[in-house]
Amino acid sequence: MRGLERRDVMLLVIVAVMTLFAPIILNPFPANSAMAQFNAGYPDLMQRFVIFGIFAIGFNILFGLTGYLSFGHAAFLGVGSYSAVWMFKLLGFNIIPAILLSVVVAGLFSVVIGYISLRRSGIYFSILTLAFAQMSFALAYSVLGNPALINLTNGETGLQVYPSDPQVLHGASAPNVTNLFGLEMRQTCEVKLGGTASGLSGCDTHMLPGAFGETFWAFDFNAGYYVCAVLMLIVFYLSIRIFRSPFGMMLRAVKSNQQRLNYTGLNPRPYTLAAFVISGMYAGLAGGLMASMDPLAGAERMQWTASGEVVLMTILGGAGTLIGPVLGAGFIKYFENIFSKINDGVLHSWFAFMPEGLENLFVTLLHPFVGKGWHLTLGILFMLVVIFLPGGLVEGGQRIGRFAFRRRNRKGGEAEAEAARKQPAE
Amino acid sequence: MGILEVKGVNKRFGGLQALGDVNLSVQENSVHAIIGPNGAGKSTLLNCLVGKLIPDSGSVMFDGQSVLGRKPHEINQMGISRVFQTPEIFADLSVLENVLIPCFARRDGAFRMHAYETVANERELRDMALHMLEDVNMHDKRRMLAGSLSRGDKRRLEMAMCLVQSPRLLLLDEPTAGMARADTNNTIDLLKEIHAKHDITMCIIEHDMNVVFSLAQRITVLAQGTPLVEDVPDRIKGHPKVREAYLGEAQV
Ligand SMILES: Nc1ncnc2c1ncn2[C@@H]1O[C@H](COP(=O)(O)OP(=O)(O)OP(=O)(O)O)[C@@H](O)[C@H]1O
Ligand SMILES: [Mg+2]
Repeated sequence: MRGLERRDVMLLVIVAVMTLFAPIILNPFPANSAMAQFNAGYPDLMQRFVIFGIFAIGFNILFGLTGYLSFGHAAFLGVGSYSAVWMFKLLGFNIIPAILLSVVVAGLFSVVIGYISLRRSGIYFSILTLAFAQMSFALAYSVLGNPALINLTNGETGLQVYPSDPQVLHGASAPNVTNLFGLEMRQTCEVKLGGTASGLSGCDTHMLPGAFGETFWAFDFNAGYYVCAVLMLIVFYLSIRIFRSPFGMMLRAVKSNQQRLNYTGLNPRPYTLAAFVISGMYAGLAGGLMASMDPLAGAERMQWTASGEVVLMTILGGAGTLIGPVLGAGFIKYFENIFSKINDGVLHSWFAFMPEGLENLFVTLLHPFVGKGWHLTLGILFMLVVIFLPGGLVEGGQRIGRFAFRRRNRKGGEAEAEAARKQPAE
Repeated sequence: MGILEVKGVNKRFGGLQALGDVNLSVQENSVHAIIGPNGAGKSTLLNCLVGKLIPDSGSVMFDGQSVLGRKPHEINQMGISRVFQTPEIFADLSVLENVLIPCFARRDGAFRMHAYETVANERELRDMALHMLEDVNMHDKRRMLAGSLSRGDKRRLEMAMCLVQSPRLLLLDEPTAGMARADTNNTIDLLKEIHAKHDITMCIIEHDMNVVFSLAQRITVLAQGTPLVEDVPDRIKGHPKVREAYLGEAQV
């Protein structure tokens, strides 16, 4: 915490509390209610929230600070995943070596790609990174997955762990799934709140049975999620430090006026390369964690759509802000997993109280926007955000905050808010 | 030998000879002004000194070392800072950050990976930057976004960014253009003071003769890419060639 300003420490604390209590916060609706499908607190999705959060935090260090828009960051994610699965195959199911190697390999990869791509800026830089990522995808998909020659990626099938793999460090008593020194990543303890008594298994607990009648809440506390969450908090803390450091200031200077930076005696190239490599390592960490939650790596993780996704997350949340990328990642993953599950049956049950004709009309109107059409909804939201909130969700939050602030001190606050807007952080 | 020695520099842009056989010698600790009509090639000459342009032929020596072929940041690290004709500042950063960046460049060189320490903790450099801002009367604007400053303030900020580096040679391309009268006078005083205090050699391009004559010890007149005369201010004032260069067309 040393040297960080109060508000940054506050932000970190808030994020830490939110992530630690996420299993509760994300499951606000009773498990047996109609709203339960909006609950996002299941292990799979929560893991994805934080893993993509890490990916986006890293991407933001490059894009948000320097303005260099990479369209190939999924390549580092994929490389991280492959490295991790190789560690599982060769050494065993402990996730520590897997995560370490995924970060290192992604770092090396990004040194090469960054060194070449950063010779250009603007759209040419973006195209170069895109080209590299698509080349990596093609390599992983076919060339390096050829069983006859070298098989690094297992091509279309994807890389996975087989019983015949060496796993030299795999102890006799070690679990046969990914674990952290024996703690299985898939281990989940369910806490049931209210509802009728039921049989408990393992570490599950039941609190206040019968307190709310039939209604009950279910919260899943998953080991894998907490491993990812702790790592996300660490890298989030590091990203705050980078933002507030002289290095971070130089990166913002690169974005603002590279010409001036040159004539001020600073060489932008190593600064941008360092930012590129750091963000590549974040992506590698995200990829390694993905494989640690589910020991499988496929080439599709490197595809350009995956690179585009992290761009959307960062912009949607607020590029160049600390918390924006995490919000964006959560937002998009929530849509992808929750809206896509709403089908016509669900819609009918929502509008069942209406007369038949009206019910059908509503279902027909909403049909294109839910289920398989969740992309449409997301696209519209994305456009609205970019047009009306160029600073992303964070700007939305700030505007709401400012609005509330002004309402409260209608008289004295006005001038102060005005001054606050004109005077950004030093 | 001057601290800056320009010999036989030529620069063509297509069919236009922007600089033709320019020789220039700037003595250490002097203020040397370059004047001349619009399009004379003054800015082009400065561009050749800081690595923005590479001359077609000729040599540029700074303190006995050639600057040609070096990158702009290397030339700056040798001790040459430049104020541009149109202010070049970090518009998205605060005024204080704008001045802090050259402080870091001076202390840490062209690159240093200080990603863990916070800017807020760099007491020494912050004091240095704040003092500089006081010197240019911009202390109260330190938290503002540099891009939101007035044109005159942007110039003063850019000058502060260069001065805080304590360069050995300061190149100023029309530093008072766009400034109000009072600010121009302040700038003259500031430059005089800096010059007296810190032994900074200055090379200044200026259209405002008031500024030129109150600062410069030597003046070079440039016309159509070639130096016409070089002399002390008093003898430049009434020089027939200078009148011709400035008023030539008018007299025809
Ligand atoms: N990059 C360039 N490409 C082509 N022509 C250029 C370039 N830079 C300058 N010129 C031309 O070279 C000539 C000299 O320009 P320069 O900017 O050096 O003049 P100047 O003496 O600084 O004039 P001013 O007082 O208006 O600033 C002009 O005719 C200009 O159009
Ligand atoms: Mg000029």
